[in-house]
Amino acid sequence: MHRVASLPTWIGRWPAWRQLTGRDDLGRGTAARSRRTDETVARTRTADTVARSVCPYCAVGCGQLVFVRDGRVTQIEGDPDSPVSRGRLCPKGAASKQLVTSPSRQTRVLYRRPHSAEWEPLDLDRAMDMIADRVIETRRATWQEADAGGHRLRRTLGIASLGGATLDNEENYLMKKLYTALGAIQIENQARI
Amino acid sequence: MGSNMAENHPVAFQWVVQAKLRGATVLHVDPRFTRTSALAHRHVPIRAGSDIVFLGALVNHVLSGEHYFRDYVAAYTNAAALVSEDFRDTEDLGGLFSGWDERSGRYDPASWQLTGERDETLQHPRCVLQVLRRHFARYTPDLVERECGVPREAFAAVAGAVTGNSGPDRTTAFVYSVGWTQHTAGVQNIRTAAILQALLGNMGRPGGGIMALRGHASIQGSTDVPTLFDLLPGYLPMPRAGQDDLDAYVRAGQQPAGFWGLFRCYAVSLLRAWFGDAATAGNDWCFSYLPRLTGDHGTYQTVGAQLDGACKGYFLVGENPAVGSANARMQRLGLARLDWLVVRDLQLIESATFWRDAPEIETGELRTAEIGTEVFFLPAAAHTEKDGTFTNTQRLLQWHHQAVQPPGDARSELWFYYHLGRRIREKLAGSADPRDRPVLDLTWDYPVEGRLAEPSAEAVLREINGTGPDGRALSSYTELRDDGSTRCGTWIYCGCYAGGVNQTARRRPWREQSWVAPEWGWAWPSNRRILYNRASADPQGRPWSRRKAYVWWDEQRGEWTGHDNPDVERAKPPSYRPAPGAAGPDALSGTDAFIMQRDGKAALFVASGLADGPLPAHYEPAESPCRNDLYGQQADPALRRYQRPENPYHPPESAVFPYVFTTYRLTEHHTAGGMSRTLPYLAELQPEFFCEVSPELAAERGLQHMGWATIVTARTAIEARVMVTERITPLTVQGRTVHQVGLPYHWGSRGVTTGDPANDLLPMALDPNVLIQESKAATCDIRPGRRPRGPALLDLVATYRRRAGIGEEASTDG
Repeated sequence: MHRVASLPTWIGRWPAWRQLTGRDDLGRGTAARSRRTDETVARTRTADTVARSVCPYCAVGCGQLVFVRDGRVTQIEGDPDSPVSRGRLCPKGAASKQLVTSPSRQTRVLYRRPHSAEWEPLDLDRAMDMIADRVIETRRATWQEADAGGHRLRRTLGIASLGGATLDNEENYLMKKLYTALGAIQIENQARI
Repeated sequence: MGSNMAENHPVAFQWVVQAKLRGATVLHVDPRFTRTSALAHRHVPIRAGSDIVFLGALVNHVLSGEHYFRDYVAAYTNAAALVSEDFRDTEDLGGLFSGWDERSGRYDPASWQLTGERDETLQHPRCVLQVLRRHFARYTPDLVERECGVPREAFAAVAGAVTGNSGPDRTTAFVYSVGWTQHTAGVQNIRTAAILQALLGNMGRPGGGIMALRGHASIQGSTDVPTLFDLLPGYLPMPRAGQDDLDAYVRAGQQPAGFWGLFRCYAVSLLRAWFGDAATAGNDWCFSYLPRLTGDHGTYQTVGAQLDGACKGYFLVGENPAVGSANARMQRLGLARLDWLVVRDLQLIESATFWRDAPEIETGELRTAEIGTEVFFLPAAAHTEKDGTFTNTQRLLQWHHQAVQPPGDARSELWFYYHLGRRIREKLAGSADPRDRPVLDLTWDYPVEGRLAEPSAEAVLREINGTGPDGRALSSYTELRDDGSTRCGTWIYCGCYAGGVNQTARRRPWREQSWVAPEWGWAWPSNRRILYNRASADPQGRPWSRRKAYVWWDEQRGEWTGHDNPDVERAKPPSYRPAPGAAGPDALSGTDAFIMQRDGKAALFVASGLADGPLPAHYEPAESPCRNDLYGQQADPALRRYQRPENPYHPPESAVFPYVFTTYRLTEHHTAGGMSRTLPYLAELQPEFFCEVSPELAAERGLQHMGWATIVTARTAIEARVMVTERITPLTVQGRTVHQVGLPYHWGSRGVTTGDPANDLLPMALDPNVLIQESKAATCDIRPGRRPRGPALLDLVATYRRRAGIGEEASTDG
């Protein structure tokens, strides 16, 4: 990279001057390079921390490095150490930063009353309480203790769940454990689809 | 085959390209010319839904040309086993096997059983090999040309490549995705490939096998640790009504030989993990706490239950059935009948907002003010905001580390379910009602951390791994006992926390390891990277060739060794023969490579366990423009249909719906779109919903490239931009032209890029074994121009139904 030597004034940084005096005759390369460009450093170098993660999209499981600065994700790149992916990411994996920082990402609980045309805000704690109540009530109202032949069923067909393929194993484990203990058996996910 | 790997698993495809650079031949058999085809040596266009004809013809080619790997077949498959005298093949019964009961719609597999006798010469007319020959005798290259639209020369090229690259020195691998599974004959598609690969001696060998490419970050994990109705963790079955005690359950599930012989150990250890000290020998380890199945409780059945008002509450957890499930319109109608719905996601997906922007609002079939569904939308934490493991498509568990806190009210599912369970237990505390005992007796005391009281994912993983009587983490599922001394949440994952170390978090760089790279993450079971790898060595324990050496018996050290964890007990010599009365793993000899099977052998013929036959047979898809030329039986007799007004089917060979359509994914989008249509980066790469048609079909129907088309089925009509492309080629099938229409299914009404959902076109027609829908082959009409809006859309669809002779749908007012 050329620098025009020993001209500390603005003249030295003037692209036209550099074009005339430097190697970049057409003024399209180093002559037009700005101080801002010179001072730009990869987000991966200025991160506070880097977390080792795994891409959340398909089932290849490419390694991801998640760069964090000031408590925010600033970049997500491939993990060059991974034998699975060797640092590469496809368009979806490469868009992971936008996935997790998207401005249209929801961060508040929303509630729709029956028959309403609008969302309302709802406190998370209250939402958890209401959902727990509904689970208990629906289960009570739809409980099947035994079939016509007297065989134990101990279940509810009033509650169903769909989802799990994008979730962690630990999450699926607690889901299945809780639902099963509650007697809810219509538990499914994308694997069936 | 049945896969577009470069498109949907792009980074993994680098390895296919690497193999190609080293001289491997890459073939792509697919209805469309795709990104995978562009990098393959050859693309073979095929009619969607005719895979068993093609694969069956390969089996026939291998058998009639004697190309099978004889020593491998004799030692490692059930080729020599004799089938019951009562068995009748599809050749005898016009497309049915013996044992079909029309009234119940089921097979009785009694006549499919193996007698226990064997003919090692493989000549006996009832030995499996000869039964196979006879079964596939009419699957000829001529048939492939007629039914698949594949010219004889193309088939011969594939057959030559496959047989030329199989045997002791070379192996052939098959890769599939939902191009095989999403069919009413889905399981049998895969079975045909399994028969082929077993005959060629490719199973359990490096560069061989059948790779299932699954589609989501942890869909494998969600099958292993299953949020699936019919399974418990580790592929233990959910108990059924009538299995009133643990003994009955174990009797139904265990195998006399092989590692399913330890079924009771896995089951008791799971119950102890879930119910802790409440589970004792005296109460059958709380087995009575488990709810019972009585049939099909799958997701498609559940939608019917929602429409009927029987299913009142629904959780959607990172899934979007309003766009992503077959007969998506029916899914939305079901959502509108619920009492309450909980949606947890990163973005507001169509399944959360259906009450205001479902297509049915526009047609008038649904009115917002009349939809009584109470909806809770709870924001979810992203993968960067939580710890936990994903299991990839190669059974590899990889821990991902939390990088940042989730924003606002966003929480992980671990948080949600842990605290939901905690609250439910608090509300039910002190209950005397016996039905509340299971949830109150659950072990549910995970440590929580931080301001958000986030449960420790590592503590959950430790429970999944299992602990011994002293509370220390177990290292192997062989340590599990049935006396209550061990606890294990998922037996196949036992070892992922061996030594109290999170093995799934290991990250030794690939440069510092062998090509197998066993120290990156942890694969189940036992960090074994190729299953059934005992078959990579001959019966004496020597590799079939030096070139393909993988694991072998070291006579000096008296143990199995090699590049991977051997899939056989390390100290079991090839010469081991079981003593009379031996059970479980001890009942398998030192030459038995398929250790989960009761006879230790790869099944060419499956005597029990499949709903639609011990052998694959070609059946037409549930909706097809073609008749079944092979048999009188048109489609899979056991295929699961749902006869409901919302789910009308097209009759076969309907002139009103003469075109085949198939649905698929694009690299730049992800399934039902919640994670891609909402992102500008990805939306701009694939900005619009389109259909792919051949120039010939475009000419026939007056479709303009970049114009609009309306695609119609009895379910509904959708619109898409038209891409006229030679990537789709018309096929000559049964002497006439069959056209195919391609439809990526990512679009819905919300996001940066919006469009109609392709899944609205599909009926619910499922494979009878695993209840997966047929979304890879159905029929439609296609016409130029945009679709009508409002009630006029319903009129259009009604017109088509009348023309096709399909019954009127019940009015939504009634």
